[in-house]
Amino acid sequence: MSAPNSDYDPKQVAALGEDEVAQARDAALAAIEAAESLDALKAVRIAHTGDRSPLALANREIGALPPQARKDAGKRIGQARGAVNQALSARAATLEALEEERRLVEETVDVTLPTDREPVGARHPITTIQEHVADLFLAMGWEVAEGPEVEAEWLNFDALNLGPNHPARTMQDTFWVSPERAALVLRTHTSPVQARSMLTRTPPIYVVCPGRVYRTDEADATHMPVFHQVEGLAIDRGLSMAHLKGTLDHFAAAVYGPAVTTRFRPSYFPFTEPSAEVDLLCYVCHNEPGAVADCGTCRGEGWIEWGGCGVVNPRVLVACGVDPEEYSGFAFGMGLDRTITSRYDIADLRDLWDGDIRFTEPFGVGL
Amino acid sequence: MHVPVEWLRSVVELPAEVTTEEIADRLTMYDLKLEEIVGGGITGPLTVGRVLAVQPEEQKNGKTINWCRVDVGADRNEPSVPDAPGDDVPSRGIVCGAHNFGVGDLVVVSLPGTYLPELGFEIGSRKTYGHVSDGMICSTRELGLPDDETSAAGILVLAPGSAEPGDDAVAVLGLGDQTLDLEVNPDRAYALSLRGVGRDAALAFDVPFTDPAERPVPSADTPAYPVRVEDPEGCPVFTALVVSGVDPTAPTPGWMVRRITDAGMRSISLTVDVSNYVMLELGQPNHCYDRDRLQGDVVVRRARAGERLTTLDDVDRALTPEDLVIADDSGPIGLAGVMGGASTEISETSTSVVVEAAYWDPVTIFRAVKRHRLPSEAAKRYERGVDPELPLVGAARVAELLVELGGGTLEPGATVVGTAPRRAAVRVPVDLPARISGVPIAPEEAQRSFERNGCTVERDGDVFVVTPPSWRFDLNDPYDFVEEALRTAGYDQVPSVLPTPTGGRGLTRHQELRRRVGHVLAGAGLVEVTTLPFAGPADLDRLGIDADDVRRRQVLLANPLSTEEPGLTTTLLVGLLRAASLNVGRGHESVQVSEVGRVFLAREGAPEAPIYGTDRRPTPEELAALDAALPHQPFHAGWVLVGERERSGWDGAGRPVAWSDAVAVARRLADVLHVELTVEQAATAPFHQGRCAALVLDGTVVGHAGELHPTVLKEHGLPARSVAGEIDLDALLAASPAIGPRPAFSTYPVAKEDLAFVVDTSVTAESLRAALASAHPAVESVRLFDVYTGSPVPDGQKSLAFAVRLRAPDRTLKDTEIAEARAALVAAGEALGGTLR
Repeated sequence: MSAPNSDYDPKQVAALGEDEVAQARDAALAAIEAAESLDALKAVRIAHTGDRSPLALANREIGALPPQARKDAGKRIGQARGAVNQALSARAATLEALEEERRLVEETVDVTLPTDREPVGARHPITTIQEHVADLFLAMGWEVAEGPEVEAEWLNFDALNLGPNHPARTMQDTFWVSPERAALVLRTHTSPVQARSMLTRTPPIYVVCPGRVYRTDEADATHMPVFHQVEGLAIDRGLSMAHLKGTLDHFAAAVYGPAVTTRFRPSYFPFTEPSAEVDLLCYVCHNEPGAVADCGTCRGEGWIEWGGCGVVNPRVLVACGVDPEEYSGFAFGMGLDRTITSRYDIADLRDLWDGDIRFTEPFGVGL
Repeated sequence: MHVPVEWLRSVVELPAEVTTEEIADRLTMYDLKLEEIVGGGITGPLTVGRVLAVQPEEQKNGKTINWCRVDVGADRNEPSVPDAPGDDVPSRGIVCGAHNFGVGDLVVVSLPGTYLPELGFEIGSRKTYGHVSDGMICSTRELGLPDDETSAAGILVLAPGSAEPGDDAVAVLGLGDQTLDLEVNPDRAYALSLRGVGRDAALAFDVPFTDPAERPVPSADTPAYPVRVEDPEGCPVFTALVVSGVDPTAPTPGWMVRRITDAGMRSISLTVDVSNYVMLELGQPNHCYDRDRLQGDVVVRRARAGERLTTLDDVDRALTPEDLVIADDSGPIGLAGVMGGASTEISETSTSVVVEAAYWDPVTIFRAVKRHRLPSEAAKRYERGVDPELPLVGAARVAELLVELGGGTLEPGATVVGTAPRRAAVRVPVDLPARISGVPIAPEEAQRSFERNGCTVERDGDVFVVTPPSWRFDLNDPYDFVEEALRTAGYDQVPSVLPTPTGGRGLTRHQELRRRVGHVLAGAGLVEVTTLPFAGPADLDRLGIDADDVRRRQVLLANPLSTEEPGLTTTLLVGLLRAASLNVGRGHESVQVSEVGRVFLAREGAPEAPIYGTDRRPTPEELAALDAALPHQPFHAGWVLVGERERSGWDGAGRPVAWSDAVAVARRLADVLHVELTVEQAATAPFHQGRCAALVLDGTVVGHAGELHPTVLKEHGLPARSVAGEIDLDALLAASPAIGPRPAFSTYPVAKEDLAFVVDTSVTAESLRAALASAHPAVESVRLFDVYTGSPVPDGQKSLAFAVRLRAPDRTLKDTEIAEARAALVAAGEALGGTLR
């Protein structure tokens, strides 16, 4: 090594010459650019920035320069080393990204493989439709009322103006609890829930009562001894058949779509007066001449019986403690099983009850 | 109610252009819903023919067909059919497969071009069995006629001389007549007659009506037959007439036979037919006694204990003093209003007839029908209410027809005992129809509708005083008249107005939670089913349920559908296991089903449910008495898991269901309801004795879950190791707090300690976990992560390994505190006999 020499011409130290430094830098940059892997880059890093690399060696020579020359040389070397280090990290980043990309490609899987090992549950459509109907009425400010399925005879019949000798009692094929003198029945309709609502609430009352009901029908494709109804009861000042119609129109539109058409047809129920059947214009044939005769959905009638309804008979109000001079009300009741079978074109009611999981599964957790 | 349209038109001035369909539509919207239109629909050349020759030909298939020559009248015969049997005279050749006819018989032929609705296609000329069959000889069924003993064999053979070849068979048989089958609601008794339907049709079309009941009646100055009524409440009106000299062989005219059969009754003999005809026409049931078989006076009275009566259906019936009977000196001769007796029945030799028509108390008849399980056409009308002004008119109409058609003579006098009850007037506010119907019905309109229906109306200020007609049993209350006015205005006039309640409170807590349970069960991979809630002792036997188990306390039915299932179920597992079996039987290897529904448990010594009046609200005590009579009927949730909980797949083997899956469902329910449910070892049917968990809430067992007993699985055809659970959902919901636990967590560092204890097999994991959880205040959570038995753990012992997390809510734990907590954990384990591994 040369001793410090104040007269020394810095340009005479070959390693620190402008061209030499540039050459070393360019050689390093070229090697970096040529490195095809992180391993190769590591070798390049050692060769061009290691202790024995030209730039490192040149850096050591700076001390040999006279003080006035050190600044320039230091700057030159520093810039070259900076450029090399920058290129090294940039190249490393590029190579890392490439390498990760390559690894991810290697990890490719068949995403069409099945993912079906977890059991998938489902809810029965009868449950969901009851909730759906309840929600509709809840949204209108009604409440949901419930009651027992084994019910007192008085609440199932007498309180609803079906006295012990009422001919209409023969219309209903009632399951009686043994012994008959116990005066208990399996409720034949959800109407006793209406009676209970009037007996336990004070008007105004707006309740909807979904639930299971019983009739002594042998099970076949179109009859079951157990089925589901939803009934509604409204008791308020000034209610009329018009409010009943409005409510049912709203209900029908929610279940069958906004294009549905309803009609009232005179009928008879002991607990309502006037009474009506509410029919839906057949949503398949629309009762159009030519189409209606062969329509299987309405069986050629053009209309589909949807449910019974009417103005609450004042006799029922009296038995349930509501003053008919002050209040009036309306009630309606529909079967829900048929709503499901007609909407989903299910030919056999027994499918709802057998418990074959393939019946429920397609419904998932909604309708 | 079947109403021949031709008969209906005879009393209602319906314009000819009004079709049967229009009549049906209008009646449906007025109050009588059409069930169906019967008859009509035959078009084309349906013709009467005479069989001229029959040639039986045996076929290769062993069947013998008849190759016939039939004369179908000069206008329709072919000039020559050389191929057909017999002389080649003008005729048609027809192949027929039936054999119940012969040469000379009159038959009905559907010639090519005839459309028979029963067949649903048009008959053509076709080649068959080597001949051209130029039409078809018709059977009763093909013509849509009811079968009877003679016609059931096949071809309809007409009575000799009743028609000529070439006659239009539609006219001869009345096949063009249509009948309306109408649904009559039980409050509309009057509509069980031509008179009632006719009046409604006239009102519905607003055309004139000829009331068939408006006819002269004989004077009742002298009785026609001696009658005593001892029970005027049961029999307010009794009338009788006598017709003598009736020719017992006189035939019933064809028009009457047709009307009776179209109305759904059978023609029997002139006297019986006339009796039925008048019931159909006027709605007045009546009875004809053979006068020569009556002994002494007729008495209407309650039956005496021990008396018996053989009714017309040949059933010998024991009578009770509740039965109202018609009797003579021989004893009861008829069950009043329901059915006559055999001893005085009209026979083929009866010539002298006592005609009875009465008004019976509807409730008395209703009870008699129920008691004797004997519905009849007469009782159907009497129990709903027959016009009490009608009996004498009805008897007179029967007598008139017997005189006219049977050559009889009406004996002088008429027996009339009692008078029709007077109808009370009803006060109807004049604005009530509009107010309740929502249709702006003016008072004048309402009044007109009342009057058109036969009411008399007076006005007292703002109130109508309306007296209904004798035949309207359904008009008693003011609201009944609202319906009357609305029927006239039209039900289609009701506007649609949505009421605006003042705001509800949403679902109740239980309703909301039950929905949550449903979602959680589905989320746990269970498919919800609904099963029929009926069960019997055999079902409970199959579950291995003991005789003294609470689930043996079934609510039994007086009239179950099946003797196998005499009551309601006490456990959802009956239905769920049935459903699981069905699925397995249909080829599903894995079945995971759940149900939420009520079960029914009889209450021992429950009182009978009281029956109250309906003129006032029952008191709170009275209402409580009703509820006290009801059985316990809580909502339960149940689940059954069969096969694999997780299926095998490309990324792993399947995991068979285990007892723990059944318990996990219960725990999951408890978690989402924020209920502290503990699990205890139990041994209850239908579970495996060693793999049954009791689900305990506040010290009370509210359900069970675990592996099903092998015998139960065998009984149900289910694979080994299937599991199930059932829980009292009402109990669970009741325990669910309105506000769940407050979220609380510490943000200081956690210290983790894994501790494994060797304990006796009898020490439950839960007891050790609980002991560790409460061992030290710094214990944040304790989770069992391993159970190990086998070497080096001694026999009769097991190793339970727990991951314990220690953390303080307000500071970082010091090493000394952690050591202290660890010592406390070890001590807790040791307190249960455990040794730290």
